[in-house]
Amino acid sequence: MLTANKLQDYIMNGLTCDHVEVQGDDGQHFEALIVSPQFTGKNKVQQHQLVYLALGDRMGSEIHALAMRTFTPQDWAQSAIK
Amino acid sequence: MNVQEKIHNQVTSSQVVLYMKGKPMSPQCGFSGATVQLINACGVQDFTAVDVLADPEIRDGIKLYSNWPTVPQLYINGNFVGGADIVRELYEQGELQTMIQSALAG
Repeated sequence: MLTANKLQDYIMNGLTCDHVEVQGDDGQHFEALIVSPQFTGKNKVQQHQLVYLALGDRMGSEIHALAMRTFTPQDWAQSAIK
Repeated sequence: MNVQEKIHNQVTSSQVVLYMKGKPMSPQCGFSGATVQLINACGVQDFTAVDVLADPEIRDGIKLYSNWPTVPQLYINGNFVGGADIVRELYEQGELQTMIQSALAG
């Protein structure tokens, strides 16, 4: 079964991340919070596409659903979510 | 007409087009249902919904069309806006309301 930790590894292996948090314990539905310098200058669609690119074919097969919040390091520094 | 052309015609056929699993009144996926509710919350009850479960060609084709591997997918004025997370963020920021209302007004 896919775990949140494993999914976190997948993301970090495909994307330069300052910070990644993944939650979800049913093996199919996950929530991720991702802070990456690669997001800088990109809109939300492009940011999510970078994460999907990092996950490749796993998205839609191994991973049924992934809810995402993406931040540039600058946005993250100003964010109240921390 | 190939699938990509068919999809292009669909997304440009009206101002607000949602690709989803199931129908607006009977969504087959929580993310699709939540996105319908957000569009409704913008004061729009009548929009074009495409049920990808009804057509495997569209279900696969829409992922290529937008380079986006998941459904739901929202299009406004033919432009890909995002999936469930982005639509929710835009709604929370008040931007979705503006985007939809100005599209319908235009």
